[in-house]
Amino acid sequence: MNDFIMFGVLPYVVATVFLIVTILRYRTKAFSYSSLSSQFLENQQHFWGSVPFHYGILVVLLGHTLGFLMPEMILSWNAAPLRLMLLEVTGIAFAVLTLVGLANIVLRRLTRPLMREVTTLGDWVVYLLLLVQVLTGIGVAVFHGWGSSWFATNLTPWLWSLVKLSPDVTYVAPLPFLVKLHITNAFLLVGFFPFTRLVHILVVPNPYLWRRTQVVIWNWDRSRLRDVD
Amino acid sequence: MVFHLDKCIGCHTCSVACKNVWTDREGTDYMWWNNVETKPGTGFPTKWEDQESYKGGWKTDGEKLELRSTSKKKIIPNIFHNPSQPSLDDYYEPWTYNYDELFNAPEGDDQPVARPISMITGEPMEIEAGPNWDDDLGGSEVYAANDPNLDVLSDEQQQQMKAIERMVMFYLPRICNHCLNPSCVAACPSGAMYKRGEDGIVLINQDRCRAWRSCISACPYKKTYYNWSTGKSEKCILCFPRLEAGEAPACFHSCVGRIRYLGNVLYDADRIKEAALRPDDELVEAQRDTILDPHDPAVIAAAQASGIPDGVIESAQKSPVYRFAKEWKLGLPLHVEYRTFPMLFYVPPLLPVMSISDGDIVRSDVDELFAEVEKARAPIEYLGKLFSAGNVGKVRYALRKQLAVRIWRRHVTVGDVAEEMAKKALAEADCTPEQADEIYRLSALATWDDRFVIPPFQREMAMEMMTDPHEHRASAGFGSREEPRRS
Repeated sequence: MNDFIMFGVLPYVVATVFLIVTILRYRTKAFSYSSLSSQFLENQQHFWGSVPFHYGILVVLLGHTLGFLMPEMILSWNAAPLRLMLLEVTGIAFAVLTLVGLANIVLRRLTRPLMREVTTLGDWVVYLLLLVQVLTGIGVAVFHGWGSSWFATNLTPWLWSLVKLSPDVTYVAPLPFLVKLHITNAFLLVGFFPFTRLVHILVVPNPYLWRRTQVVIWNWDRSRLRDVD
Repeated sequence: MVFHLDKCIGCHTCSVACKNVWTDREGTDYMWWNNVETKPGTGFPTKWEDQESYKGGWKTDGEKLELRSTSKKKIIPNIFHNPSQPSLDDYYEPWTYNYDELFNAPEGDDQPVARPISMITGEPMEIEAGPNWDDDLGGSEVYAANDPNLDVLSDEQQQQMKAIERMVMFYLPRICNHCLNPSCVAACPSGAMYKRGEDGIVLINQDRCRAWRSCISACPYKKTYYNWSTGKSEKCILCFPRLEAGEAPACFHSCVGRIRYLGNVLYDADRIKEAALRPDDELVEAQRDTILDPHDPAVIAAAQASGIPDGVIESAQKSPVYRFAKEWKLGLPLHVEYRTFPMLFYVPPLLPVMSISDGDIVRSDVDELFAEVEKARAPIEYLGKLFSAGNVGKVRYALRKQLAVRIWRRHVTVGDVAEEMAKKALAEADCTPEQADEIYRLSALATWDDRFVIPPFQREMAMEMMTDPHEHRASAGFGSREEPRRS
């Protein structure tokens, strides 16, 4: 029953909150969509926090996404022990990189008076959830090894069952506590996402790469103006 | 825009007017959309002209134009940490004083004092730098000696500028230049920055700014600022709400020395890119070439064809900016080598001449006609570095013309200069008596209407007015639709 609530109901609750709040927030409080960078107030430790954290978590998330989208490919890659080792070690390395970055970010916010002025309760919630997430992730990788393989065999089918609106929690039920904590915390993160600065992920500036260099906006409808004369 | 530096008295009234109107909010407390610097000096933020470290503006190999900071290619690896972003230390930590202490301190042996309080943390702090820290310190070894523009001078020239009887300084008021080829706009990953087609004002859409901070490092003049409280960039808006109501911007309006001129010009946007690819010493002329003659029938027809209202064309014909920058060639862009083509033109200042110690008497050597230009205390190379990308000919031309106008007016009003002498001066400076009188009139006698020719803004024709007003009736007001707070 608990398993069903955690892995069969919570994901839907969280997804609903995520969708409704992000859209509502974008429509009514567009001003609040910002990465809220604090590099201006502190420029050195920012590098050792922000850069390792972002690169680390991007690679780790990419790994999770690949396991979700192409489980067979991961499994056939893992068929050779050496390749499995390589994948696992890479995963742990980037997770540790994320942790180093996160530790710097949290320490920077804790120890510097200027930083405390721009740190909100929402930020602390995010940092706490992220710390739990990264630590449990590393814990899973260390204590319940070969996660890349059993992710593909157990979690991918469960996630797809969620997508297909027929949640099948039997895949998740037998997994160890640490894994379950990692999963539940991940959904909590998604649930808090729309209320925090994490929304900046949704507005990454991809159109920049192919838009025109300069932007000119006219307030006048010039064709109408000339007609008026 | 034109700033006539020969008239600037360095009173900072413009800065204060701007501060009181726009940047007295939390997060903007350290910003000075308008500031007045002493040159030689390090400016605000400190050494902003040192593009080796700040990476502002454009660079070119003659064929391609590229941002010095985060171009499209470089934004992806640098978005998490901007390597060339100035931090609070490059500006200063804003402070106030706990004035209450002066009134509320308990009786004691010591006089109560108001201590400086950080406007960010609210805690007492040590003041280490301020917005105008090197004011008037033109010859200072500690400040002025670090002016990046002094590089063009020889060691001997630099030493001369520090000698007490040869010291020189002038004021450089700065606002956003609302450039023709703005690097801040080009660098904005969110597309939040834009240039208004009607008047060329460069603005930041606060709803779309995501604090990627690219504009701050891309602007070579450091005139976009980061609001540390709201997490949005902000900049000079040229008081567009005032302009749209026919009023001059606050800094222009309040200028005590009446050094500021405002007017629109017609320009050919298709020429900008080509102009920006030219070598440094041709840039002043290249930018002038983009500005079109508003009296030329072909230009008027082309403007009409592209939907420019007649009122705007008429304003361009009366524009003091056109006269100073294009017709008289007196107005020069600040650091045009950044290739953003600033639309703020400076009339370079006539500086004191070199004094000569003749026994016990110190006298100025003004035997020759244009000695004041050639023997000015500030070497002309220094002004050339600021206002013509090293092409000193452009600065010399503007200075000689100004001086010739003075000699001519001296002849007219005082009469102790012979007419042929005055006419010779004008001829040598590429000026006619008629033009000299016009320059004199616009420089010295100009009224509000002469200095600020504000084009009609056709607010009734603005896009938002085209929608049905009943749709928004009783549902929206003026101004920001939500409180500018981080959430």
